[in-house]
Amino acid sequence: MLTIKNLHARVEAKEILRGIDLQVNPGEVHAIMGPNGSGKSTLAGVLAGRAAYEVTDGTVTYKGLDLLDLSAEERAREGVFLAFQYPVEIPGVNNTYFLKAALNAVRKHRGEEELDAMEFLQLVREKLKILHIDQSLLNRPVNEGFSGGEKKRNEIFQMAVLDPLLAILDETDSGLDIDALKSVADGVNALRSPDRAIIVVTHYQRLLNYIVPDFVHVLARGQIVKSGGKELALELEERGYDWLLESTGRSLVGAG
Amino acid sequence: MSTSTDTIEELANREYKYGFVSDIEADAVPKGLTEETVRLISRIKSEPEWMLEWRLRAFRHWQTMEEPHWENVKFSPVDYQEIVYYSAPKPKKVLSSIDEVDPDLLQTFEKLGISLDEQKRLTNVAVDAVFDSVSVATTFKGKLADMGIIFCSMSEALREHPDLVKQYLGTVVPYSDNYYATLNSAVFSDGSFCYVPKGVRCPMELSTYFRINAENTGQFERTLLVADEGAYVSYLEGCTAPMRDENQLHAAVVELVALPGATIKYSTVQNWYPGDKNGVGGIFNFVTKRGKCAERAKISWTQVETGSAITWKYPSCILQGDDSVGEFYSVALTNNYQQADTGTKMVHIGKNTRSTIVSKGISAGRGQNTYRGLVRVNAGAENARNYSQCDSLLLGDKCGAHTFPYIEVKNPTAKVEHEASTSKIGEDQIFYCNQRGISTEDAINMIVNGFCKEVFRELPMEFAVEAQKLLGVSLEGSVG
Repeated sequence: MLTIKNLHARVEAKEILRGIDLQVNPGEVHAIMGPNGSGKSTLAGVLAGRAAYEVTDGTVTYKGLDLLDLSAEERAREGVFLAFQYPVEIPGVNNTYFLKAALNAVRKHRGEEELDAMEFLQLVREKLKILHIDQSLLNRPVNEGFSGGEKKRNEIFQMAVLDPLLAILDETDSGLDIDALKSVADGVNALRSPDRAIIVVTHYQRLLNYIVPDFVHVLARGQIVKSGGKELALELEERGYDWLLESTGRSLVGAG
Repeated sequence: MSTSTDTIEELANREYKYGFVSDIEADAVPKGLTEETVRLISRIKSEPEWMLEWRLRAFRHWQTMEEPHWENVKFSPVDYQEIVYYSAPKPKKVLSSIDEVDPDLLQTFEKLGISLDEQKRLTNVAVDAVFDSVSVATTFKGKLADMGIIFCSMSEALREHPDLVKQYLGTVVPYSDNYYATLNSAVFSDGSFCYVPKGVRCPMELSTYFRINAENTGQFERTLLVADEGAYVSYLEGCTAPMRDENQLHAAVVELVALPGATIKYSTVQNWYPGDKNGVGGIFNFVTKRGKCAERAKISWTQVETGSAITWKYPSCILQGDDSVGEFYSVALTNNYQQADTGTKMVHIGKNTRSTIVSKGISAGRGQNTYRGLVRVNAGAENARNYSQCDSLLLGDKCGAHTFPYIEVKNPTAKVEHEASTSKIGEDQIFYCNQRGISTEDAINMIVNGFCKEVFRELPMEFAVEAQKLLGVSLEGSVG
């Protein structure tokens, strides 16, 4: 579904990604781990099409399409979803209204009928039930005045409604207490399916106790330095990242 | 074809019947402004003597005044001798079919969701829709008359109800008020007059919409609304379609009189021609709007200003009576080279008077948007309350937002609150929307409409919907 080859990207003059190779197939859950500043969020941003990142080399193929050639909204309509590390507040815009506009943009792109208010509401109620999310979330402005946990839950709720093929969760665990973490993870697990691939970007192993990955990759200084199964995450929890950096002859110093 | 020609002839003849003296066959009086021009206008309109005297007093006073330049806008000087001060409601150039209309204009209509009949009417294509509207107007008029409500053009009011006009005209905005209001007092061509009798609640939104036959009121409109004791009226002003107006200067005056316990709600959606992308052309919209509240009366101004090259207006409330209430809700948008200097004045005179100001300024392109507001609490205004909120939203980095709140408080029991904020539509917000599949244009519309929500909910339903669409159209091309 997603093939990343030799991906290089920079922010302004600073090179952050230095040759990423990654293959993701439908139904798989990949965890991308790594120390701060290793390029995890940059990778998520590049895949979603954030303008601040400039791709200098390499290719990304998604469902046979040249992903890098698509605008951010085209990628979203093709089924790429990014759960933001810091979900953005949009004052005055009703959450339901926002989500309906998003869903209908996606449906229109797929050549499906746009949903009317009643159909949309029905869909939304279904998804709320699956995710155990309170209905009051719907009538509030997008992310405005939400607690950290509510913002992250709202991201997962949006994911449920938009039904993406490739979901990228960027540090979805950051700033969550254990209960919120569990409830977000439950939501993600409910959305696992054989058609959908999920990339979980995280600093800590903790989240992976609840969202168990098929593959774990360690990102350091803009490259994947080690890949393995779910047990790699446990090893990282125990030993930290330094042994990996040493074994590849790199040091954390200067990782930025 | 022949039918539409007939229609126009009939229309033209009917217009001429309305008080035109036979020796004025020409469409307009000669350009320039002299005492003779003022006399001529009054004569054409067969006005009573006192009206002429009033106009002349205004004219003489105007000659002693100077064009004000304290406002935060820039424009080249207006040559007042180059203006034609009266133009008969002549039949405009009639197009035989909608195909002849400027396609850009039609595209805009489409975006606004204006029906085809409406489009034809607005672009002045002769169709029977015009006749429909006339009959609709008559129907409403009958219904209103049954309740004692007078709603007609100012010219008609001067003929049919001279005493009422004389009693109230100039009582809120005197002829000597300010440069443009004084000019208007001398040369006003027409406008609307409305009187709602004691205790009557006007059952429908009054609007210029069904006063189509009198729409060509020229650039100096004068509107006077009187709500007698305990009466209620909601008035909608303006057209949400982009009427391309070749006139440069619009100097209108609106006076509202709310007698004890009365409520007047006055909503405006202003979308005059804003000039082109390079700031060429466009209307100078220099308007004086003011209302006076007697005890327990309430005046609520709501305005959505998206048009005009320059907007310069301060719909105000004189809270004279005890327990009276003034409100001002405003959205002003400037794009390209548009400039707006707008706000309100709330003058608290009576005891326990309350006022609310909510102003939302949106600047895009090279637009400059200024909020200017005065809250004055006089010495006798015990327990006056004011709450003001002024928010500015910037799109891009070449536009400007300015806020000049003036607060004068002479009574220690007053409570005056002012909140202000300036924000920019962030790339983060747009990317967030993009990442959910929403295009940048839709994202900006959504964010701007969210920003204006508090004002839009004050508008009557249909108006609110149109105002939202209008913002979208006005913002087009504001993102690179």
